[in-house]
Amino acid sequence: MQRQKQDLILHNHNDDGVDRRGFLKCMAWAGTGALLVMKGGILRSYSLSDPSSLAGAAGGELSFIQISDSHMGFDKAANPDVVATLKVAVDRINAAPIQPEFLLHTGDITHLSKPGEFDTVDQVLKGAKASQVFYVPGEHDVLGDDGKQYLERYGKGTKGGGWYSFDKKGVHFIGLVNVLDLKAGGLGTLGRDQLEWLEDDVKHLSDSTPIVVFAHIPLWAVYPEWGWGTDDSAQALSYLMRFGSVTVLNGHIHQTMQKVEGNITFHTATSTAFPQPRPGAAPSPGPMKVPAEQLRSLLGLTSVGYVTGKHSLAIVDSSLA
Amino acid sequence: MKKALPTITAVALLVLSLGFSKSSHAKPAASEPNSSREQYQIKIDNFSFGPATLTVPAGTTVTWINQDDVPHNIVSSEGKTLKSPVLDTDQKFSYTFTTAGTYSYYCGIHPKMTGKVIVR
Repeated sequence: MQRQKQDLILHNHNDDGVDRRGFLKCMAWAGTGALLVMKGGILRSYSLSDPSSLAGAAGGELSFIQISDSHMGFDKAANPDVVATLKVAVDRINAAPIQPEFLLHTGDITHLSKPGEFDTVDQVLKGAKASQVFYVPGEHDVLGDDGKQYLERYGKGTKGGGWYSFDKKGVHFIGLVNVLDLKAGGLGTLGRDQLEWLEDDVKHLSDSTPIVVFAHIPLWAVYPEWGWGTDDSAQALSYLMRFGSVTVLNGHIHQTMQKVEGNITFHTATSTAFPQPRPGAAPSPGPMKVPAEQLRSLLGLTSVGYVTGKHSLAIVDSSLA
Repeated sequence: MKKALPTITAVALLVLSLGFSKSSHAKPAASEPNSSREQYQIKIDNFSFGPATLTVPAGTTVTWINQDDVPHNIVSSEGKTLKSPVLDTDQKFSYTFTTAGTYSYYCGIHPKMTGKVIVR
C-alpha cells in the first residue's frame, strides 16, 4: 500500500483548509498515522512518514498525541497480538521529532474491562516518554459495572461518569463520556447531567479560547446505521459554536475520518489494535481481517500541535507500518 | 478460533434446521442448557440478533450464542427481565420465559442491536 507523502490543499474555496480533493485524500489515508496541527482554527494533516512535512507542524507551542482503541485482551484473527502493536505505537511516539507533552487515549483501552487488561495498557504506556495520559472510556471499558472500575482507575477529579476539563497553554481540553446508559435502538449518549456541566464549563471562556473536545464515540453522525454517532451531540456542540476554534477528537470507528463544519473540525483516529471496515462496506462494523503484512498500515496514532496566536491545530495521522 | 463466515452460516443453518447443538469452544458458556436439544436459539452474528423476533410457548428456554469477534450482551429494553453477563465469542446465555408477553431487548454495548421474544 502506497502512503501519501503530503496532503496539499490545492483548491480551498471555503478557506477552511479542507477542499474536496484534500478531504478525499484524508479518506484515502484511512489508517495512516497523523500529526494534528491546528492553524487558524483548522486542522492540517501531515504524514509522519515524511519528516520534512513535520517541519511545518513543528514550532507549535503545544503538541500532544492521541491514541485510541487499544482493545487490550483482544486475541482474534484480526490481530492476535494487540500488546505488540501498542508497543510499536509507544516506540513511534518516543521516536517523534517533537515530543508530545501528553497523550490522550480516546477509549476502548481494554476489550473486556478486565483488571489485567487495564494493567497491561498502563504498563505499556509507562514506556512512553510523555508520562501523562488523559483518558475517556469506550464502551469496552465499562462492561458489567457501568464504569465503576474505570472511575476507580482514571476518574480522580472527574465528574459524573468520568467527564472533566483542563487547560494547557491556553487551550481548553474537554473529555466527554458518551458510552454509559445507552438506550435501546440509540447511539452514544452524553446525557442531561453532562450537558449541563459542559454548558457551565465553557461559560466563562472567551470566544477566542481554542477548544479541544475528546470522546470515544464520534460526536458527529459518521454512520448511525452502525451506531457511529452520538444522539445528543448537537446539544453539546451548540455550546461550542461561538468559539473560533473547536477541534473534536474521537475514536471508536478504527479509521481516520475528518469533517469541517463552521469552526468545528471533527477527526477520528485509527486503533492500535485492529481496523474496522469503511461505513457500509461490510455486513457489520466488526474487526476487519487483513493480510498480516498489511495490518500495521491500518493501525496508527494521531499527533496534534497548537501554535499560540495562529489559532490553529495541525493534525497528522501516522500508521504503525 | 472463529471460522470463515460461509462456514459459520452453514453451521448456523444446520443448528437451525436440525436442532444440533454446536459444541462450545475454549471458553465456558455462561449457562448450559439442561437439554441436549436446543430448540430455541438466537444467534448473535454481524452485530444482529437472529431471528430478531422469536415466538415461543410459555416455559421455553431460549439460548443466545455470540458468534461475533466482539462482546455483546442481552438487556431488556424496558423493565429488568433480561440482563445477561457480557458474552465473549462463543459464550451463551439462557433464560426461561414462564409468563406470556412481549420481551424487547437490546445489546447494552451496541444499542443499535435490538430483538424481541414473544411468549404465548
